[in-house]
Amino acid sequence: MEAYINGIGIVSPQKTFDTSDFLSEIVEHNSKLLNAIEPSYKEFLDPNLARRMARVIKMSIAASFVCLRDAKIEKPDAIITGTALGCLQDTEKFLLSIIENDEQFLTPTSFIQSTHNTVSAQIALQLKCMNYNFTYVHKGFSFESALLDSMMTLEEGEAKNILVGGHDEMTEKHHRVYNRIGYWKKDSAVDTMQLIHSKTPGSVGGEGAAFFILGNEKTEKSYAKLQGVEMIYKPENTKEVETKIITFLDSKGLQANDIDVVLYGINGDVRFDQLYYEIKNTLFKNSTSGYFKHLCGEYQTSGSFAMWLAAKILQTQTIPNAVLIGENKSKEIKNVLIYNTFIDSDQSVYLLSKC
Amino acid sequence: MSSKVYITGMGMISAIGNNVAESFHSLETMQSGIGELKYVRSRHKPLVPVGEVKKSTEELMEMAGLNPDNLTTRTSLLGLIAAQEAVKSAGIKDIKEYRTGIISATSVGGMDMTENHWLDYLNEEKSGPWLKYIETHECGDSTEFIADNLGIKDFLSTISTACSSAANAIMFGARLIKHGKLDRVIVGGTDAMSRFTINGFMTLMILDSENCKPFDSQRRGLNLGEGAGYIVLESEKAAKGKVIHAELSGYGNSNDAYHQTASSPDGAGAFMAMEKAFKISGLKPSDIDYINAHGTGTEINDLSEGTAIDRIFEKNVPSISSTKAYTGHTLAACAGIEAIFSILAIKHNIVFPNLNYKHPMTALSFKPTTTLERGKKIDHVLSNSFGFGGNTSALIFSRHH
Repeated sequence: MEAYINGIGIVSPQKTFDTSDFLSEIVEHNSKLLNAIEPSYKEFLDPNLARRMARVIKMSIAASFVCLRDAKIEKPDAIITGTALGCLQDTEKFLLSIIENDEQFLTPTSFIQSTHNTVSAQIALQLKCMNYNFTYVHKGFSFESALLDSMMTLEEGEAKNILVGGHDEMTEKHHRVYNRIGYWKKDSAVDTMQLIHSKTPGSVGGEGAAFFILGNEKTEKSYAKLQGVEMIYKPENTKEVETKIITFLDSKGLQANDIDVVLYGINGDVRFDQLYYEIKNTLFKNSTSGYFKHLCGEYQTSGSFAMWLAAKILQTQTIPNAVLIGENKSKEIKNVLIYNTFIDSDQSVYLLSKC
Repeated sequence: MSSKVYITGMGMISAIGNNVAESFHSLETMQSGIGELKYVRSRHKPLVPVGEVKKSTEELMEMAGLNPDNLTTRTSLLGLIAAQEAVKSAGIKDIKEYRTGIISATSVGGMDMTENHWLDYLNEEKSGPWLKYIETHECGDSTEFIADNLGIKDFLSTISTACSSAANAIMFGARLIKHGKLDRVIVGGTDAMSRFTINGFMTLMILDSENCKPFDSQRRGLNLGEGAGYIVLESEKAAKGKVIHAELSGYGNSNDAYHQTASSPDGAGAFMAMEKAFKISGLKPSDIDYINAHGTGTEINDLSEGTAIDRIFEKNVPSISSTKAYTGHTLAACAGIEAIFSILAIKHNIVFPNLNYKHPMTALSFKPTTTLERGKKIDHVLSNSFGFGGNTSALIFSRHH
């Protein structure tokens, strides 16, 4: 089974909203939190409605609408999203008002918008789309579960075009809270373009909303095809990861040498980056290497940013210099593999191919 | 690929019992678990009867066989206890014998701990072992806690589609088996009571200050509950030679696309979900012997759901009841718990009564069953679950022959 990526829409800490552009200008962040560059929402949402909506909802609606437009689809046959943290801004807002007002004088808006399925529900509501609607919320497997479900749904013949997306927002408060358990670097600011050279623990926070149309047929718009996603939970060692990647590739009739480009989730955290280098220096020593978390930051659904990157690499047959680790060894780019993990427990592998 | 999906194990904990046997006894003896709030501190206690699990978090820790210095959430503990029972009842000795996964549903994850520690998290001057709870907030954390304790590694996922979550977990699990990706999977949901949820529903003004009365024309809202319910789904290969409680024969998912929290008056989403479930199962509405309704007791849900049921059953509605007046509305867990009630109905040929019902709704053709109905053959049960965000799901459980 494979699925064609027939549309994209993405709001990220880079200038990615214009789907025809491909990182022509890199936004270099000097911070511990890479905030998304938000578009103007006027085109997508009634301003009165937008005012009451948290950032993650607005970013996701904008990204999904651009994606649908890109694929020339009005109503998808299914809406499937992945988000680890859901609607943090509204959750924090409601929680704090409960605490500060001792459970009195509360209004429902932030509670209503705090549920994890708010984004997929709002997209359905805006599109009046009554079709299959799902929200996966499993840490570093959230977006990956959504992709797996999408591919199964296409295979079942229950849908021809699926809107699938990953979205997470990082709030200032949650960033501080995560800082307390060592997620981020101790420095007050980090030059993210130097992240890969870091030898200290912690990464930089990120966020974004990336949506795709996955279709069962190739169109003139098709960016790439998604061949599969593999999730690896708490592997015992690198050998287990290697074995699972080899088995996964084998199931697609491929070997490690067939992979032209590998995009690694390297995030500058000395505790975990070794995982990537071990795979890079053994299994994929002949492939071109790239990374992306210096561009989008670390977050649980960062795989959706990586999938956008892989799709654009395959479509344009180019790899932006800012993405490359070492030299570009590829003449023709047929297969791109993403190897990503959030912390080290939820590891994932995606395979995308030229179509 | 397995065309059939068998249910070989069940486990649950809720206000009406700490396991399946206790819960079944409460259902049979018409004992509701709704009462005064005890384990969550809230100023709304006098106004909000709830269906709490009758155990403190420390007692739950012991029940789960964990060291009391374990730092975890009530959501995770409820989930683990129910999942442990499910695995045991399925006779699984070696979890690694087959490709085994877990798909769990939760609405607020570890909010029960987050709401107690949030201000401390933000205060850099305070520190303590409770900082460990930060990572328990994410919904996926409870699933990983359960998986790690049961030794499940092959596949994990978590679903949050509000009050339909566990139905979607069951559906996704069944499809993974049909696609040959797993041989067996533990599916269901868990949700603990929290001030966050109590206050959220308070602001929506859909909590009854008395025991809820699903499908009664005088209904005034729902009672919140907490709990967990999981079933074990197995492929034909993995279930060979085992006791099979029932089959999951149908499932359907749709979105009402009407309002962020309210269901449409005609229950269009609910109708579509049921219609899809019938299509997958190959059954017709007249094959259904019992409907375990979502039936929350809110003005809007019961009208919307009832209208959709009337439409799809063309007003020939079989025995129907909501069991929410027993357990309270356990949110993301309810479809896991109610899946077990549906299976028990098939196993024992029994229809559980809809408690607290007196006044018929004029808009609906049917009245729910109000006494314990025995002796009627129950071969197919439809179980509905609907949630905020328009998420509507329906499952059909069938007798295994």
